Amino acid sequence: MGHVIELDAATKDYGGAGTPALGPLSLDVAEGEALAVVGPSGSGKSTLLNLVAGLDRPSAGTVTVDGRRVDRLGEAALARFRRERIGFVFQFFNLLDDLTVADNVRLPAQLAGTPRRKAADRADELLGMLGVHEHAGSYPGRLSGGERQRVAVARALVNRPALLLADEPTGALDTASGHEVRELLAEVHRSGQTIVLVTHDMALARSLATRTVTLVDGAISADERAGAAR
Amino acid sequence: MSAGSSLGALGRVVRSGVGRRRVQTLVVALATLMSVASAVVAGSLVVASSAPFDHAFARGHGAHLTAQIDAGRATAAQAAATAHLRGVKASAGPFPVAIIAPAALPRLTVAGRPSPGGPVDRLEVTAGRWASAANEIVLPADLPPEVARPGTTLTLPGGRTLTAVGQARSVTGSADAWMTPVGVAALGKAGAPATTQMLYRFSGSPGKAALAADRTRLKAALPAGALLGGQTYLDVKQAADREAATFVPFLMAFGALGLAMAVIVVAGVVGGAVGANLRRIGVLKAIGCTPAEVVRAYVAQALVPAAAGTLLGVVLGNLVAYPLLGDVQRVYGTTGLAVAWWVDAAVAAGALLVVAAAALVPALRAGRLRTVEAIAVGRAPGTGRGRRAHRLIGRLPLPRTVSLGLATPFARPVRSASMLLAVAFGTAAATFAIGLAVSLNTIGTARDPDAAAAVTVVPAAPDGAGPQGAVPTGPSAGPPALDEAKVRAAITAQPGTASFYGVSDRQVTVAGVVGPVEANLYRGDLRAGAYEIIAGRWITGPGQAVVPTRFLEVTGHRIGDTITVRDADTTARLRIVGEAFDLRNAGMRVHAAAASFSGAKDPDGMDSYLIRVKPGVSVASYVDGLNAALRTADAQAMTSSRGVGSVIAVLDSLAALLTLMLVTVAGLGVLNAVVLDTRERVHDLGVCKAIGMSPRQTVAMVLASVAGLGAVGGLAGLPVGVALHHLVMPLMGDAAGTRLTHHMVAVYDVPLLVPLALGGIAIALLGALLPAGWAAKARTATALRTE
Ligand SMILES: Nc1ncnc2c1ncn2[C@@H]1O[C@H](COP(=O)(O)OP(=O)(O)OP(=O)(O)O)[C@@H](O)[C@H]1O
Ligand SMILES: [Mg+2]
Repeated sequence: MGHVIELDAATKDYGGAGTPALGPLSLDVAEGEALAVVGPSGSGKSTLLNLVAGLDRPSAGTVTVDGRRVDRLGEAALARFRRERIGFVFQFFNLLDDLTVADNVRLPAQLAGTPRRKAADRADELLGMLGVHEHAGSYPGRLSGGERQRVAVARALVNRPALLLADEPTGALDTASGHEVRELLAEVHRSGQTIVLVTHDMALARSLATRTVTLVDGAISADERAGAAR
Repeated sequence: MSAGSSLGALGRVVRSGVGRRRVQTLVVALATLMSVASAVVAGSLVVASSAPFDHAFARGHGAHLTAQIDAGRATAAQAAATAHLRGVKASAGPFPVAIIAPAALPRLTVAGRPSPGGPVDRLEVTAGRWASAANEIVLPADLPPEVARPGTTLTLPGGRTLTAVGQARSVTGSADAWMTPVGVAALGKAGAPATTQMLYRFSGSPGKAALAADRTRLKAALPAGALLGGQTYLDVKQAADREAATFVPFLMAFGALGLAMAVIVVAGVVGGAVGANLRRIGVLKAIGCTPAEVVRAYVAQALVPAAAGTLLGVVLGNLVAYPLLGDVQRVYGTTGLAVAWWVDAAVAAGALLVVAAAALVPALRAGRLRTVEAIAVGRAPGTGRGRRAHRLIGRLPLPRTVSLGLATPFARPVRSASMLLAVAFGTAAATFAIGLAVSLNTIGTARDPDAAAAVTVVPAAPDGAGPQGAVPTGPSAGPPALDEAKVRAAITAQPGTASFYGVSDRQVTVAGVVGPVEANLYRGDLRAGAYEIIAGRWITGPGQAVVPTRFLEVTGHRIGDTITVRDADTTARLRIVGEAFDLRNAGMRVHAAAASFSGAKDPDGMDSYLIRVKPGVSVASYVDGLNAALRTADAQAMTSSRGVGSVIAVLDSLAALLTLMLVTVAGLGVLNAVVLDTRERVHDLGVCKAIGMSPRQTVAMVLASVAGLGAVGGLAGLPVGVALHHLVMPLMGDAAGTRLTHHMVAVYDVPLLVPLALGGIAIALLGALLPAGWAAKARTATALRTE
């Protein structure tokens, strides 16, 4: 089975004095894996995710995702890469307040040039699957945190990405909503989706992850397979 | 917290605000700069054109009366003694006067003066220096530099040569050119009677009656017959003010546009800048600032860049106005115009007041806002309006990025309205200015059909120039007429002649009209001499007349009426067949065929022949060839002076400049609004980019967010500009004493209107381009962190 993510000595240095925020770090993630990245605040988890998503460039080393050298892509190509291969779920949902739930979910498909009808059908399908179909015409501001995060997951999946990235997807949710989202992500993973998620939520890491990487000061301090742990 | 330290803390807040919002600060400074500069330009020109002659007359110590004295009848001592007449406050002279006819130049009245200064009629030397040797001459300031450049040699009939050393202008029009007194005296033949001139200033500003009385006293004080003539400053003023008056409606319109624009854009920019900081204001209040302190801090934050912009704007305005005032001065024939200091002061004070008021409104709102609300404002959810717009526009069959952009303005109605106004005003200014330029160019070519002729034939200068008995005071005492038959034969025979006609300018009397009227009599190809027709048609043969608007107004005649015109001892009855656009001789002219006056067999002949050459013919070699043929005819051919009307040239460059400034200000208004928008939505933009919006799509979205406003603003501004043009053009015509032809006013045709309407979109897109680029380049990861 191929690797969806290959990091080779990837380093991110924000230009400050001292050691880099991340790396040099090498890491491969196989297709179908659910990787949880954990670690203390400031250890470089978000930085890692941003490198993989092509939101930021490594200062050194290479980042390959789904066979593409992400660190070498230009801005336009990166945008295309993101909307075709990556789905991103944020801690604070980051839905656009002026668009309805359905429009939010359709947006990445429309940016990718999917015909209107097809994008709408795909959004309906996902909203139904994720249990927020009745909110399709509402605005995100009206929804509970858990519902918003489901909409965000639907938006992330609309283009059938090779890789789903999530940065603290339950970080802004109460226990019950956090549980809902955990279940949802587990289901998405069972359907074959490769997932990398950053979290403080050990329950989430334990229930979902097939592999857990612990970062400390920008370096991997532990890398455990769920099977080995169990 | 003591008052002092709290002020210090606020000062830091202001400074950090100015520093952090660099683009906004820059836009506030630039918008005030441009607005202030155009207000200074427009304002100073309005002031300069309100009484240009009076200003220049006062500055140049112009002569109220210029007297021509026969030096054969009054000695220099007798002439000089008139300085002590009652009422004379200052005088200069006597200066010797002569008329010369240098080759290839118009006839010049030359006065002999030791220096350009003096108590009366201080001359402005516009180029070169004053004459110091007897063979040096200072030429008129309005001659083009290529013929008057210092060092040019002038050949007088008889072979004498003079060297041009400079150019100068008299506000009183006392002479055309100047030499040293010795130089002028040397022009005359020994013992010949000479003319001298005396220049007088009286106390106050004497009226017509007072001047007549002064003249009578002067006449009595001199030996009988010694006073040959006298020109009063009122004659000069009338001519100068008429030209000046045509400027005023135009400058008023532009001044008003510029000021309205300045207020709108500066208010929008400053208001937006303060409004965008509401959240920060909330934080300040949360940590204990009083509302008054907050208001003061934010007004100050707007005033700092505005003050810098105002200062630079005044400087720029003066720099720009200076050469323009020079142009205006050339048109008016006046001297020493400068930007009035109080215009600078008033514009600067006005600008700062507008900025303070514009900042005060949102700052007061912020000061009154409850702290919790203020903090919440920064992340207020979208408005209902914005959402409805997104839903409706999202249904249109447009690319998603475009429909997202198009819906943006509805979320911020006030900011969008200010952007709309800026675009509308920019479009109106451009529409007005371009229409004006087209009209003026039409008028420029219409004004003078003679200018369409490439070559002019005039009588050769008489042998031996010297002081004549009297200086001719009017156009009636023209040069001798041409030897018709020979000239016509030579022109007809000359290869390259396309068409030609003869013109004779003469003083006639028209029954029922007080005073002389100028008649332009034509012979040859009548059509070629045609003026632009306002109503009716051009003359086609004898018995017909075409007259300017003013003639009809003064005489009460209408087209179709018959007038009786008397030329010397012949009388002709002419039917008015048309109203022409003709501004010369204050519009008191009659155009008719010379053949109308059939009584005299060959009435004096023509003053000049105007020739159009066939396309592709070199005018210079045509002139040389014709001159060779004309040698025996006592006539000389020359290239027609084809000066673009200087008024028109000035108005054109003014219009271009002011439009550029106003359009820039409009663009800055858009730039500012878009900067505020993108800054506010930086997080949303980051989200969009994270989910795959490409840089090009981002640019498209931001541009689309202003394109709609640009289109609407352009369409709104267009009729305003057209209306302004249709209002101002006839007013300018009125001031010049003429109606305008339909096609001088109706300049807006579809090929002009379409690009002008699109101009609104262009202004909007240009203003948004920069921030759109910034939005596309902004680092996504950084944008996402701003929460
Ligand atoms: N844009 C930036 N400029 C400078 N330093 C940065 C930037 N982004 C992150 N850092 C620094 O890099 C280090 C890693 O940050 P990162 O956000 O990856 O940590 P994290 O593990 O996600 O922390 P948390 O759990 O709090 O989200 C931190 O020390 C942070 O201060
Ligand atoms: Mg993080």
